Amino acid sequence: MADSYDVIIIGAGPGGYVTAIRAAQLGFKTAVVDREHLGGICLNWGCIPTKALLRSADIYHGMLHAESYGLSAGTPGFDLGKVVGRSRGVSNQLATGVGFLLKKNKVDVIWGEASITKLGEIAVKPATKSALGRPPIPAPKGALGPGSYTAKNIIVATGARPRVLPGLEPDGKLIWTYYEAMVPETMPKTLLVMGSGAIGVEFAYFYRTMGAEVTIVEVLPQILPVEDAEIAAHARKRFEKMGIKVITGAKVTGVEKGESSITATIDDGKGGLSKITADRLISAVGVVGNIDNLGLEKLGVKIERGIVATDGKGATNVPGIYAIGDIAGAPMLAHKAEHEGVICIETIKGLHTHALDRAMIPGCTYCNPQIASVGLTEAKAKEAGHELKIGRFNFIGNGKAIALGEPEGLVKTIFDAKTGQLLGAHMIGAEVTELIQGFVVAMNCETTEEELIHAVFPHPTLSETMHESVLDAYGRVVHM
Amino acid sequence: MPTNILMPALSPTMEKGNLARWLKKEGDAIKAGDIIAEIETDKATMEVEAVDEGTLAKIVVPDGTADVAVNDVIGVIAGEGEDAGSVTTAPAASKAPAPAAGDLAVPVGLQYERAPKMEPVAGQAAKPAAVNGHDKAEGGRVFSSPLARRIAKESGIDLGAIQGSGPHGRVVERDVKAAMAGGGAAKAAPKAADASQVQAPAATPAPAPKPVAASDETVKKMFAAGSFTEVPHDGMRKTIARRLVEAKQTIPHFYVTVDCELDALLALREQINAAAPKDKDGKPGYKVSVNDMVIKAMALALQRVPEANVTWTEATMLKHKHADIGVAVSIPGGLITPIIRAAETKTLSVISNEMKDYAARARAKKLKPEEYQGGTCAVSNLGMFGVKNFQAIVNPPHATILAVGAGEKRVVVKKDAPAIATIMSVTLSTDHRAVDGALGAELIAAFKTLIEHPMSLLV
Repeated sequence: MADSYDVIIIGAGPGGYVTAIRAAQLGFKTAVVDREHLGGICLNWGCIPTKALLRSADIYHGMLHAESYGLSAGTPGFDLGKVVGRSRGVSNQLATGVGFLLKKNKVDVIWGEASITKLGEIAVKPATKSALGRPPIPAPKGALGPGSYTAKNIIVATGARPRVLPGLEPDGKLIWTYYEAMVPETMPKTLLVMGSGAIGVEFAYFYRTMGAEVTIVEVLPQILPVEDAEIAAHARKRFEKMGIKVITGAKVTGVEKGESSITATIDDGKGGLSKITADRLISAVGVVGNIDNLGLEKLGVKIERGIVATDGKGATNVPGIYAIGDIAGAPMLAHKAEHEGVICIETIKGLHTHALDRAMIPGCTYCNPQIASVGLTEAKAKEAGHELKIGRFNFIGNGKAIALGEPEGLVKTIFDAKTGQLLGAHMIGAEVTELIQGFVVAMNCETTEEELIHAVFPHPTLSETMHESVLDAYGRVVHM
Repeated sequence: MPTNILMPALSPTMEKGNLARWLKKEGDAIKAGDIIAEIETDKATMEVEAVDEGTLAKIVVPDGTADVAVNDVIGVIAGEGEDAGSVTTAPAASKAPAPAAGDLAVPVGLQYERAPKMEPVAGQAAKPAAVNGHDKAEGGRVFSSPLARRIAKESGIDLGAIQGSGPHGRVVERDVKAAMAGGGAAKAAPKAADASQVQAPAATPAPAPKPVAASDETVKKMFAAGSFTEVPHDGMRKTIARRLVEAKQTIPHFYVTVDCELDALLALREQINAAAPKDKDGKPGYKVSVNDMVIKAMALALQRVPEANVTWTEATMLKHKHADIGVAVSIPGGLITPIIRAAETKTLSVISNEMKDYAARARAKKLKPEEYQGGTCAVSNLGMFGVKNFQAIVNPPHATILAVGAGEKRVVVKKDAPAIATIMSVTLSTDHRAVDGALGAELIAAFKTLIEHPMSLLV
């Protein structure tokens, strides 16, 4: 007799494990299945370990510039093994923490690779997946093993993996994905980064700060393609200032692999071909959802261009099967997956829910300068037919930014001229990833410019730049 | 942390139910899966299963209480190690509005709500819970988002007249936009100052608009004491009252009437029935009625005018592929509308036999919900009472309903001379949001053509 649950969630990433805990809170008998690690890519090979690497880079950058703060740090240096080791340690600590949380909430963990055999039933095979050919992570203590399990509701939260371009397949040695880029054994002297989304620019910044010569190639006309054009232009200027070479509107058409380096052919989009040789190539051209080998097609689950179609609350066209997170569509972000999962399980419970408004999902990039945004870009807002009021404020006018030695940065706010609705906020500069939440809350509470103008922002903080940007949109900026 | 036990919704349309009885006493230990109470609606009695464990600390709504609103707190479970005696009733802090008719995926099961740990406060349990009643008439504040206020002000919309769908019933942008588009959730009318209602422990957020009616006591005072008897409403009566008030208040009705000549149809019906095969007892295999032919004609008319085979929703128009015709069946104490699905695809004999089965089971109250829920149009026939003509109320999610009068011999003008013909007057009511006047006229003209050329019903 198979073990029977109210809810089984396939995938213990940030979407899956948070949904499992919420399901348990709602009184459901819940299990979560994973083939590799608790916490998913986010916690083990994504968001978290990169933040640990970037923290090392930031401190190293500070050491290199210690003198400008009146400090002496001797001759700064680093031990790459220890930098990577710290990053892995942070991941392991948090993955263990997820195990505790699941146990505390009486969520069963099933270890292995799941597929849906029929409505309400999954088969779990032994886990074989492991990153970079490392030994598979052993099952957490108390986890259930392979077998057949039944559940009234099955939520698929299997996340995504790096997109691979034909001819540019990662080989783990010279052509890297984020997996290899996160655990370098030696520091490449020269590096080519293909793709300038969050993953691409974070690695570009990390390796540049640690001393590599870095080139970014982006196929679209601007780097950070989802960000507001003005912010992206500001970012580009800053990257170039720190010595990163940026090529936009260009494509890597082929790679020749040498003994210890690659030579990439770059098509500049106007017929010009050039060659760049680098020790390593990082392929960061996006991610694709893990929708294969789950039995979804066989059950008739509707999949459109690699995305499982849902009703916005996780329900697929097949009753009893739900999809959340990366496999349910962009933006493929951990916090979107978590939120979608909670909406999904609360809807299953019969609670009153609203579909996630994807326009209100913030996005953050943690290089230096940091980049953070929520809502519509100026171009998108115009496209949507809004008449706009736009405010801008530069960090140079902010006392705290000057005191921190971070005088470069920009906050751009976009309002609907008629209703005062905050349509979008776009920030670049120190600590903006921690600041954006103020605008996220404001948008969710449907504030207009009036409440934002009346709100008191503490002095001296970087958050005053947010206030000033709103003031600027309405012709009232003070420190500019 | 004590857990509130909430009144569960047993069906998507359930707004209230009766708490028949508790199967556990205060102080009883409860395991997940225990049956703790029985809930009764007009349609069914269901057992309530515990999904959490602990001790039943308090029964808030006692046995035999009628009309408990969905999501009201009915009891409190104390968790492991909690002193059941110290648990006080926490008023439901947030009430999800009862699911609207047609909402899907409302599972049967208990809804639990985590209550904040509260110190017992004398008299707190008796205090009416603060609800989302942002009622200007009651002097309260209208909770609304700044953006909702701004848009409402610029569009000249009264925020107090809008039912909020945000947290704690707060009016948010989408509510104002829906109200601007027309047909947004109008707010419940203020409660009449009725002693019995003031005593109610928790006011209920009424999801459906209610008319401002005189209180029961005021009405009763208009009649001499002892000159009437009082019969409590049963579930069907309440459903009829609620659905029709909702329909008549939210649907802009529009009516078109035509006269149809029935003589050809009556002659054809006679032929059809005379030719019916008989079983060994001499019973005919079918006996087609005029109403069966009306059902078929309406279904075919909807196929000929597909723009009228629709359902209005706030965001979109649902264009139906099949004509699912609801047929009003009068039963003791009320009426019910079973649906002939895809009637355009069925022969008259199939429709006829299906209707006989529906009517018999409707009288025995044995129809299943899926047999009377949904539909794209309805037919209501009062011809058997000699009614000449009437206007029916559209029954959502339908966009139209056809009111059928008696077929009677009338003097008509044919070729500029008086002549006698059997005439049936029919009136189509349309939901004008979905079916405009000219479209309604087109539909009823198609219906008339089919009735007057009844061979087309056999094609």
